[in-house]
Amino acid sequence: MKHNVYVYIFICMALVTYLIRILPLTLIRKEIKNRFFRSFLYYVPYVTLAVMTFPAILDATQSPVSAVLALIAAIAAAFFGGSLFTVALTGCVTVFISELVMDLIIK
Amino acid sequence: MTGERKQQFLKGLKDGFPIFLGYFAVSLTLGIHLREYGLTPLQGTLASLTNHTSAGELIGFQTIAADSGYWILILAEIVANARYLLMSFALSQKIDPKTPLWQRLLMGHGITDEIFSISISVPGKLSPFYTYGAIAAALPGWTGGTFVGAILGNVLPTRFVSALSVGLYGMFIAAFIPPTKKNKVMTGLIAVCFVLSWIFNRLPVFDGIDSGLKIIILTVLISSAAALLFPRKEASPDET
Repeated sequence: MKHNVYVYIFICMALVTYLIRILPLTLIRKEIKNRFFRSFLYYVPYVTLAVMTFPAILDATQSPVSAVLALIAAIAAAFFGGSLFTVALTGCVTVFISELVMDLIIK
Repeated sequence: MTGERKQQFLKGLKDGFPIFLGYFAVSLTLGIHLREYGLTPLQGTLASLTNHTSAGELIGFQTIAADSGYWILILAEIVANARYLLMSFALSQKIDPKTPLWQRLLMGHGITDEIFSISISVPGKLSPFYTYGAIAAALPGWTGGTFVGAILGNVLPTRFVSALSVGLYGMFIAAFIPPTKKNKVMTGLIAVCFVLSWIFNRLPVFDGIDSGLKIIILTVLISSAAALLFPRKEASPDET
């Protein structure tokens, strides 16, 4: 290797990532008044999380079928007021059981 | 720590527990593959401790394995992590404007998809101590998982890892579904997100675009459209 692994890890990766994380948080010290920008920032978290969830969740498990079932179960759990932990656990348990059942059917 | 701070810290720690589990599972798979990238367990563990991000580390390890230039890796990290810039923006409005610099610097290392997701869902203003609690749960999970994966190799049954990895998405779902109960605009917005994200990620035309960049493009486009079409009335703090 021509390059130093620690320069890669600490400078190119860690430092760059950290700067991206702290720049707005440290530079913006006032409440933003602009209505469009406030609305934009209100929507940003939900939109980011939604686009990160779908369709990526379909590839997270061993089979897209168990992923779709987990997606539906987790949405239902969240809709009916489940806590963060309940919703996450509902997804995990759904995947675990549905993959177990699918394996039993195939074998 | 004073009572209020301690309470917030413990709440973050508790809410961060599913993140601990999810991170451990995901970083375990990252650790298992370290050797393929020519990295030692120590190097991988240090990378996880200081980077605290999945996509950024994966791109980093691939670039290191390819022995590409430093500048290429810096650019790749900016693209892979630019969504944190938007999250940092949103968090800057969620905390008390008087929050001191050192607290902002400490919070910053905790900006990951999952910690952001639980921090932004806190009703009213966010106490940095809540985020510290979440970091105290998440970062050991992420770093420890990388280390254990690198040392032990693939020990957990695949079915177990498969079930745990979906937990991270469960946390996202727990954040973006509750607002859809009271608000029709939010229901439509989430549906639009799913459809556009599917099109953008599954149609071969868009294959050339990096997945981190896709998230940013979609976020900026959809959020701007929503802000133009459905601008929010001056929000009371517990609405945001």
